[in-house]
Amino acid sequence: MFAYIVRRLALMLVTLIGISIVIFFLLRIVPGNIVDILFDAAGFVDPADKANLERELGIDQPLVVQYLHWIGGLLRGDLGYSYVSEKPALQEILPRIPITARLAGLALLFSASVGIPLGVISAVYQGSRLDYVLRVVSLSGLSLPSFWLGLLILMASVSMFGSIPIFNPDPKTFGELFSTYMLPSMAVGFRSSALTMRITRSSMLEVLRQDYIRTARAKGASDASVNFHHALKNAILPVITVIGIEAAFLIGGLIVTETVFNIPGVARFLVEAIRWRDYPIVQNLVMLIAVVVVVANFTVDMLYAVFDPRIRYTD
Amino acid sequence: MDAINYDIELKRAGAKATHGWSRLRFLAQRHILGTIGLAIMTLFVFAALFADLICRYDPLTVDSAHALAHPSAAHWMGTDSFGRDVWARIIHGARISLAVGIGSTVLGGSIGVVVGLTSGYLSGWVDLVFQRVTDVLQALPLLVLALVMTAALGPSLPNVIIAIAIPLIPTVSRVIRANTLALRELPFVEAAKSIGMSEMRIALRHVLPNTLAPLIVLGTAQLGSTILTEASLSFLGLGIPEPYPSWGRMLSESAAEYVRVAPWLVIFPGIAISLAVFGTNLFGDALRDILDPRQRG
Repeated sequence: MFAYIVRRLALMLVTLIGISIVIFFLLRIVPGNIVDILFDAAGFVDPADKANLERELGIDQPLVVQYLHWIGGLLRGDLGYSYVSEKPALQEILPRIPITARLAGLALLFSASVGIPLGVISAVYQGSRLDYVLRVVSLSGLSLPSFWLGLLILMASVSMFGSIPIFNPDPKTFGELFSTYMLPSMAVGFRSSALTMRITRSSMLEVLRQDYIRTARAKGASDASVNFHHALKNAILPVITVIGIEAAFLIGGLIVTETVFNIPGVARFLVEAIRWRDYPIVQNLVMLIAVVVVVANFTVDMLYAVFDPRIRYTD
Repeated sequence: MDAINYDIELKRAGAKATHGWSRLRFLAQRHILGTIGLAIMTLFVFAALFADLICRYDPLTVDSAHALAHPSAAHWMGTDSFGRDVWARIIHGARISLAVGIGSTVLGGSIGVVVGLTSGYLSGWVDLVFQRVTDVLQALPLLVLALVMTAALGPSLPNVIIAIAIPLIPTVSRVIRANTLALRELPFVEAAKSIGMSEMRIALRHVLPNTLAPLIVLGTAQLGSTILTEASLSFLGLGIPEPYPSWGRMLSESAAEYVRVAPWLVIFPGIAISLAVFGTNLFGDALRDILDPRQRG
């Protein structure tokens, strides 16, 4: 087990280094940097000024030097400076993280509390009309773009309250909390609740076919006890995996939803930084996302071993 | 792992005929949802192919006199802020969505097949390198990687296709690799080897055709998410550039404003995206049930 963990951690490091290389060079394969963009906008400017600015930003150096400079900084906790605001990147990114984290947490909560019960119901009544309806609804959940769902929510709030909810960084009442965090998190969570439901359903179906379930029924255990006590307990493992991995991949939904609801989180910040070619922000944010994904994957695998005593990682 | 015999599978399911149209009709009756999905997909393909015949208006013609017109007999789905006909833009938008969806699925799928086959067949250090590269590509959500790629390549139709295709490679190559590893051990591959067939020929003539079913299943499943990703990219203003009618672009950020004044500009493109993705999802699910009985839930 210990050897396995060490190996996994080493692989995680390799993956992260790989991502840093890919992102860094990908962002720089296109000719034209922030200085060109700034100077293009300003019209004719003295080439000496341009060279000065390039030197100031460190982009006159060879790419490899720039890369090593970035990684060296990362290890010391220095993420460089935003090209646009000229503030330290860390200062720009840190305050936005809790906003996105709260949204993601609520979205997962929504996803699990809607997806798991519906998945169980769908499996228990397999082949019934209800199962059919639930499956079609869950497929449609996978088909709606979350930004459109967000726009529909905005539309509903316009018709009900006559206005679009405005982001409130410090919600006091439940109403404010609802419009600031819960509505957007539903737009994000709807899709993943559909995914959770599908996984719960197929996992439950597999477990319900097993012998010990028949034994439990033969012994006279009630339906509710069999379904929830015997079956769900074992069927929940793959569901945990999916929710865990979804947690990291929610970022895709968060990017568009934060844009729709005008929420100043990290996800929307990534899009803004890409538009502005604010590379220090982009590369650090992408690294942050990669770390979250890789750590989530690792945690899920470890949880698996904790929850299922049959699983022992050896290598 | 055995190759699947579809005739036996069909007989087991109660089909009397195992050939031609009657076989298709049997499958269609058994998988009603899948058939609906296929019908929806066909509808969009028709829209894309005959867009010029279906619409009275040109999707790009600006008519500021009729900007933000409500849906009416003249403009079924109203007009946008430039007075362009929304119905025409949605029908023409099917071209963009399908081009990106099919283009990136085929491109990413083909590269994935080559990588997966090579990786599974050669094993050793080639496999190791490919696997690590796959890890890297899989550690980023599809939309994030596609965003960075379009940012690097610049917004245009071919670039969007490439940007969405690359993140698809790992999923495909993983499946093909696993399949190849399993198939390599089967007697018919050994037989082919014993009569002196070259490795290349075995890989292409014997192993590849047997990975086709999972490949088709995977491809259809991916089609929906590529369409969604294109819509998201264009919605964020980093996908298909103006003035081309892309559904996602039609919903772009100004949509938050239109929610109040012109709801039709929000409703119709969203329905188009959802319906197209829903169709591919329905069809993909049925296809998985038919082609890959092992995965049946």
